[in-house]
Amino acid sequence: MKRIVEWLPALAVFVLVVGLWEGLVRALHVQQFLLPKPSTIVSVFWSDRHTLWPAGWYTFKEALGGFAIGSGLGILAATIVGRFRTLGTALMPIFIAANAVPIIAFAPIFGAWFNPISPRSKMAVAGVLCFLPVMVNTLRGLNSAKPRQIELMRSYAASELEIWRRVRVPTALPFLFTALKVASVLAMIGAIVGEYFGGSLNALGVLINNAADVFQFPLAWAGILVASLLGIALYGAVVAAERVVVRWAPDTRDA
Amino acid sequence: MSVVEIKGVTKTFAQGNITALENIELELQPGEFVSLIGPSGCGKSTLLRVVGDLTPPTHGTVTVNGKPAHQARKDGDYGIVFQDSVLFDWRTVAKNIALPLEMLGWDRERRRTRVEEMLDLVELRSFADHHPWQLSGGMQQRVSIARALSFEPALLLMDEPFGALDEMTRERLNLELLSIWEKLGSTVVFVTHSISEAVFLSTRVVVMSPRPGRIAGVVEIDLPNPRTAETRYTPRFFELVTKVRELLRSRGEHLLPEEEELLEADR
Repeated sequence: MKRIVEWLPALAVFVLVVGLWEGLVRALHVQQFLLPKPSTIVSVFWSDRHTLWPAGWYTFKEALGGFAIGSGLGILAATIVGRFRTLGTALMPIFIAANAVPIIAFAPIFGAWFNPISPRSKMAVAGVLCFLPVMVNTLRGLNSAKPRQIELMRSYAASELEIWRRVRVPTALPFLFTALKVASVLAMIGAIVGEYFGGSLNALGVLINNAADVFQFPLAWAGILVASLLGIALYGAVVAAERVVVRWAPDTRDA
Repeated sequence: MSVVEIKGVTKTFAQGNITALENIELELQPGEFVSLIGPSGCGKSTLLRVVGDLTPPTHGTVTVNGKPAHQARKDGDYGIVFQDSVLFDWRTVAKNIALPLEMLGWDRERRRTRVEEMLDLVELRSFADHHPWQLSGGMQQRVSIARALSFEPALLLMDEPFGALDEMTRERLNLELLSIWEKLGSTVVFVTHSISEAVFLSTRVVVMSPRPGRIAGVVEIDLPNPRTAETRYTPRFFELVTKVRELLRSRGEHLLPEEEELLEADR
């Protein structure tokens, strides 16, 4: 019960904004291609559900694949770099520089590397987007164990492996989940923007792009709504996993 | 056989520019409670760390239970308590205490029994399933002590364990520590910068002086056991406190600020 009460203010703001949007578009006679009414978007969202949801699912799978591959490689890279310090000194500046590169600009290149129609090129975009934040944050987490904690483990004659398992990895988990939450959002962005540069006809990004091209803006908006819901679902799944894995943390409940 | 034998231990930092410890000689008998006291920078924490094999001596040897310190560490002869409790947030109080037992490969049933004994010893039984951040600083430090004692180490090393606590909590924990020590008969090396704490707890107080870190003198504490809160009001207690204070004052030169910084950085 308490949870519902906590959500009430946000819900009220949401209803207010949507209501204001509907009211203003009606009152000011805003053209549909500029901004359709929420009611129109919702009705298209319903009437075209048999096109929208399969397209959404198609894109979601790309995002999920990219998320899994990018995050997996990010964790792997962080583990290797964290284990071999010299490798870290050599690679970290490059990773940080790479972080500043607008990766999304590579989307057409990935289209050329992998088949532009196949989901693989989108997974590549999503994966590359996910990789760096996961890698950098996980590494920071692995290195965040306090020196005293490590000394204490040494005093118990703990091996390096045991120090990893019992100290470094648990310390890194909250950092990892923070990164995974960011990555879950980036994965959806990567998949959809990847599709803007071409892709299967039954993909959400292609659908949004084509709908906008032929002035079917309510359909484009409905596509965006599907993308948003799926993005929120992926984010929510990461939050749920975090609550199960990082049960002990004092502050995860508000995240 | 002595529990600890420190022979000619010298420790230099900063490429030999700073001598933290010079030619330290000290021996501890079983069941002794020895405090190391001195101004900051006198090397008392460094000496404790050398004994615990957390940092190697530049010269000299440390023997624990007849073995080199390194071997003693490998054998799990040390229980260590630092100034901050160094508890693991992802473990409950009970699991924090069980950590060294897990590492020693004790089975679940044996661990559970021992953890319960330890929780009773530090009077935290009802907090077994709490996480460290749900406890006060004094309670956290009691968990840390319980963890250090759980596997009955030959030697308990305590580096200003009550330094971050308020005076009242500190005096109460002093009493608790004494009763635990009397019950278990452990050998303790205790670093502090509180004279009254050192006198109250110890069988011997080793007074150290800085630049370079040396033993300025050793005061035998002949207060009767068991010690109680009233011990602090006895004339003998005052005499011993004065004796330690005079030793500190006679050798109490101060470190230059940059030397202190270097020592801190090397910890």
